[in-house]
Amino acid sequence: MSAAHQEFATKWGLVIDIDKCTGCGACMVACQTENNIAPEKDASNKLRTLTWMNVYELKNGKEFPQAEVAFLPRPCMQCGNPSCVPVCPVVATDKNEDGGIVSQIYPRCIGCRYCMAACPYHSRYFGWFDPVWPEGMEKTITPFTSTRPRGVVEKCHFCHHRWNQAKDAARIAGTDPNNLPDGAYTPACVEVCPTGAMAFGDLKNPKHKVYELSRSKYAFRLLERLNTDPQVYYMTKRDWVRRQGDNYLPNEKA
Amino acid sequence: MEERQSNKAGGVGGVVLLFLVGFVGALVVGWWVFPQVLFSQKTQPIRFSHKVHAEQGLDCESCHTFAKTGQFLGLPSTASCAECHPDETGGTTDDEKEIDKFVTQYAKPGIEVPWLVYQYQPDNVFFSHAAHTGFECTTCHPDVANMDSPPPYHENRLSGYSKQTMKMWECERCHASMGTSNACYVCHK
Repeated sequence: MSAAHQEFATKWGLVIDIDKCTGCGACMVACQTENNIAPEKDASNKLRTLTWMNVYELKNGKEFPQAEVAFLPRPCMQCGNPSCVPVCPVVATDKNEDGGIVSQIYPRCIGCRYCMAACPYHSRYFGWFDPVWPEGMEKTITPFTSTRPRGVVEKCHFCHHRWNQAKDAARIAGTDPNNLPDGAYTPACVEVCPTGAMAFGDLKNPKHKVYELSRSKYAFRLLERLNTDPQVYYMTKRDWVRRQGDNYLPNEKA
Repeated sequence: MEERQSNKAGGVGGVVLLFLVGFVGALVVGWWVFPQVLFSQKTQPIRFSHKVHAEQGLDCESCHTFAKTGQFLGLPSTASCAECHPDETGGTTDDEKEIDKFVTQYAKPGIEVPWLVYQYQPDNVFFSHAAHTGFECTTCHPDVANMDSPPPYHENRLSGYSKQTMKMWECERCHASMGTSNACYVCHK
């Protein structure tokens, strides 16, 4: 509830290699099916779509043959110091669980959308309509995440239900649910990525791949100077891509 | 003057009487009529006797099992009931007739029994049975192993949920007393 920085024993993090991302959008599709997001009638209206995972196109602004394109998948950053949490008047969103995933409780949300205004990453979405599945497609609804009615805010939660399932599997197998091995818990977008551009794990556990990746000299975070301390890292070797991760002055070094 | 005073006194007595009638009436409506109206009473499709099965030496985990993935499978399927009850008994006792009802209506056609589950939670609740295996089943569930017929199922006519469902404050109170996290996503999805 407070604006203070939060630290937990486990810190689930996503490292996205922008240089490996082809912009295919498989992560967006996987996210929508995994999280019971109903197909939209008119997905061209981007003010009305629900894209918890959204792929942005980045351009270096130069003419051919210097023109270059990159793609940036944008989930919820699960900030260490989230802007959305202190503005919520009903504590429907909170960062209070080990793992550091910012929770969003739909029945508690009153739809005021302060959190959407506060989030500098545009990670939050408002459901303008009740979800409707075309006949037959309602069979794709999974019991793993709840569906949302219209009038509440929703967002990426690193497929939190998969973490719960991984912990349950560990408990039944007799292993420690609080010390999962690398790969035991993977969000749908990471699992489906065809180029392996995304890695997921505990940023504090040296046995997890993301531990090293997030500490690479090529790693950076979006709008880092806002001190939101995101748990999503990006990697690139291209300077012009890295410069788009924050608002740098023309003569400033990224 | 005197007349008016006596009228006034009689008026107070009437008000008190009316108040008492209304008060008792409101209590009856609130404590008895409304709960009766709010919850519909349903009986299980088959009068399954947990007691008979428990007396055979079966424990809860014999039928209510976990998947290897850690998910609790809840109620057994018709097929697993039919492993022991494949054919009609042809008996005449009430128990045997109930077994025959199960065999002819569900086991032979291969239809799942529409059991009424007392503890179903809303779909935004994640409950992990695997995390609670240290507790006795009866800490949260009714002690059906000592019941010959399943208790009636009370459905809330407004919400559609079972009356016996664990409430959020019950989950939170136990978590708090055990020192377990009460973070939202521990139980919500």
